[in-house]
Amino acid sequence: MDAITAALEQLTTALDLFCGPAGVFTWFAGQSLLACGDAGWGDEIAGGFKITLFLALATLPFGLAFGFFVALAKRSREPSLRRSANIYTTLFRGLPELLTLFIVYYGLQILVQQALSAVGYDGPVEINAFAAGMVALGVVFAAYASEVLESAFNAIPQGQYEAGYALGLSKGRTMRLIVLPQLLRVALPGLGNLWMELLKNTALVSVIGLPDILRQTGVAARVTKRAFEFFGLACVLFILLALATSVVFSLLEKRARRAEVVR
Amino acid sequence: MSVTERMIPPQAPPPEEARPYSAERLAGRIFLGVWLAAAIGVAIGAVQGWDTQKFFTYGPTLLSGLGVTLTLVSLSIVFGAILSVPLAFGRMSRNPVISWASYVYVYFFRGTPIIAQLFLVYYGLGSFRPELDAVGLWWFFREAWYCALLAFTLNTAAYQAEILRGAIESVPRGQREGAASLGLPARVTFFKVILPQALIVALRPYGNEIILMIKGSAIVAIVTVFDLMGETRRAFSRTFDYQMYLWAAILYLMIVEILRNLWAWLDARLTRHLKR
Repeated sequence: MDAITAALEQLTTALDLFCGPAGVFTWFAGQSLLACGDAGWGDEIAGGFKITLFLALATLPFGLAFGFFVALAKRSREPSLRRSANIYTTLFRGLPELLTLFIVYYGLQILVQQALSAVGYDGPVEINAFAAGMVALGVVFAAYASEVLESAFNAIPQGQYEAGYALGLSKGRTMRLIVLPQLLRVALPGLGNLWMELLKNTALVSVIGLPDILRQTGVAARVTKRAFEFFGLACVLFILLALATSVVFSLLEKRARRAEVVR
Repeated sequence: MSVTERMIPPQAPPPEEARPYSAERLAGRIFLGVWLAAAIGVAIGAVQGWDTQKFFTYGPTLLSGLGVTLTLVSLSIVFGAILSVPLAFGRMSRNPVISWASYVYVYFFRGTPIIAQLFLVYYGLGSFRPELDAVGLWWFFREAWYCALLAFTLNTAAYQAEILRGAIESVPRGQREGAASLGLPARVTFFKVILPQALIVALRPYGNEIILMIKGSAIVAIVTVFDLMGETRRAFSRTFDYQMYLWAAILYLMIVEILRNLWAWLDARLTRHLKR
């Protein structure tokens, strides 16, 4: 186990785009403000970049799965299920993301504190900013994803389900083998936009103290008094993430279209 | 001559099949119950934690914060709309330099978080105090409110430019050709033929953009502008009363829902000639 984590660590340092052996800062920053190590802010900002990316990547599957179930609930024949799903989306699409984050952060803290004091523990409770950010961004992402998936569901003809049942597939297998692959194809552009929004929203978590890109560049800006350069760098890093997103999603869309007839 | 001898009298519809008590219904009941419990919990919390003095101290400040939010958003939407016109035409321009430059502008402001843009303007441009003093603009960049207005205007201009461009390009070519064949000059064609059709397409995205701006404007609280979020944070830091956030949430939800319904009504009203 230790060997695996050590190997993984070595691999991530080797592949580090900023401070690794082939990193930008290692080669071009020299001894400037962006140097890696103690001399500059390169490694701190590289760490922030990693945290931003990890937060978004960790939120994605959870938000996507939750959004899928909310979309299913919205399509249900059961009015009570539809209504509760609609309340959910109205709530989390109407609240500012920052407010959701604060409500989750302080609310979780209060809840955990009360639960612990019921068991007899009265010490101070500190909620992990990463976890709070994941929950808050995840519920917001799920609310938007459910809308995207719901409209994608509407694009799939009823005959697809009927064909599945006619072949003797169960409800779950029809969903998994027939509907879901088509659904993802239709929903892919919308999900790409949501992923971009998610990446940008991770910057909000810096407010509750998670050392992401914006937090680290902010600390560097305050210490060095070079605010314009460092916040400009933060913007450039986000632009890089956006460019990478558009490359990945155009590849995914190309792959999703490979079964279609070439016209 | 008919083969049938008598008419079949009208009959009552068959009775509705009783739906079995499915897992779906159970889940629906549970989730509705959860929402109901949450609403009751908030209500009980509000009644138990009711403090008339607190209400009259912080109620008006929250409302004035809401005023700041709405002023900031409406001003930046208007200024952004003005700025978005040249940007949208720049994007559609055949001159590669102009179209490339406006594309870079739009990509930058849509690809970075608005909070980073706000920091770039407030802290970043604010660090050039001597230069700004020299050109006499320091009064502008000293105030967080003006900086927020500038950042939001630049940001929403990029989004609105894309909305406008998409809407103008969505008008079919035949409309322009039809106007040309009627001998209408380019200006008249644009204002009387293209723009009215484009704005109907743009209406819904404009509404979404306003809602996104209202939600996004909460971040100005971080650079010490006391909008609704800022007042809430100040009230929370003085009272440590968690309910402050819930009051703010209700106010934000109200504004967003009012706007959403207003926009749905506007949309239905303006497209009534397209309904069949």
